[in-house]
Amino acid sequence: MPDTLPALTVRKSLTVEASCAHAFDVFTTGFDSWWPRAHHIGKADLLAAVIEPKAGGRWFEKGVDGSECEWGTVLVYEPPSRVVLSWHLNGAWEYDPDPSHASEVDVQFIPDGPFRTRVEFEHRHIERSVGAEQLRAGVDSPQGWTGLLQLFAARANESAA
Amino acid sequence: MVRLCLPLVNANQVSTAFGALSDPTRRAIFERLAGGPSAVGDLARDFPVSRPAVSQHLKVLKDAGLVTDRALGTRRIYQVHPPALDALRSYLDSFWTTALDRFTSAAEGRPRTPHA
Repeated sequence: MPDTLPALTVRKSLTVEASCAHAFDVFTTGFDSWWPRAHHIGKADLLAAVIEPKAGGRWFEKGVDGSECEWGTVLVYEPPSRVVLSWHLNGAWEYDPDPSHASEVDVQFIPDGPFRTRVEFEHRHIERSVGAEQLRAGVDSPQGWTGLLQLFAARANESAA
Repeated sequence: MVRLCLPLVNANQVSTAFGALSDPTRRAIFERLAGGPSAVGDLARDFPVSRPAVSQHLKVLKDAGLVTDRALGTRRIYQVHPPALDALRSYLDSFWTTALDRFTSAAEGRPRTPHA
């Protein structure tokens, strides 16, 4: 089913005035220092957002109440050059354990002088995280296309209000 | 916690999509495409309407942003294109712009912008 949806990718290219190793460390082990605090999935306020520094590591959040919520997995961990994460959050910022619904965040750190780094960022397979189930369910079910459009209409009206 | 995930959906786009799906044949064609991409000729064979009529239905669905088409040799292949995908992509694009700005500031040791 995901094959029938057009591939969607967000790409960003940025330059950081820091060494490659430093940029990599801030992105990974320093993840909590820059992640926007409002963006998390647990009920409790965010205490810390963590990327475990190893392939196969967890990408998760800790709440102030001690709870933990998974975001995904570290697929590739190659300091100071590259980190790839699976992103198991859907469009509603909810955890979806199904690997076929996971998108991927691929970040490459390329030296551009001793204290300058080019960061090539890609969030790909976004199409996997939305739509497929709803379309498969058929257009008439509440979980289907009609329900989806109603949801959008409600949200569009909210944001227009 | 972020609950509102798709703030960029255009209300007009939604009502156009609803309108496009109000026709039973068009809805059936859309439903069929939700199961996989198809060429116009294949659709015309499967539905009790003429090929020009199928093309016309596809045009309406395309104008509503519900399907996209691409050329494959001499054939034109149609596939579903939910507005949800555009909205999610726009949302994530703007989200990552904010997040990566904060990353850049942190990596460069500059004061952070206020928490988003």
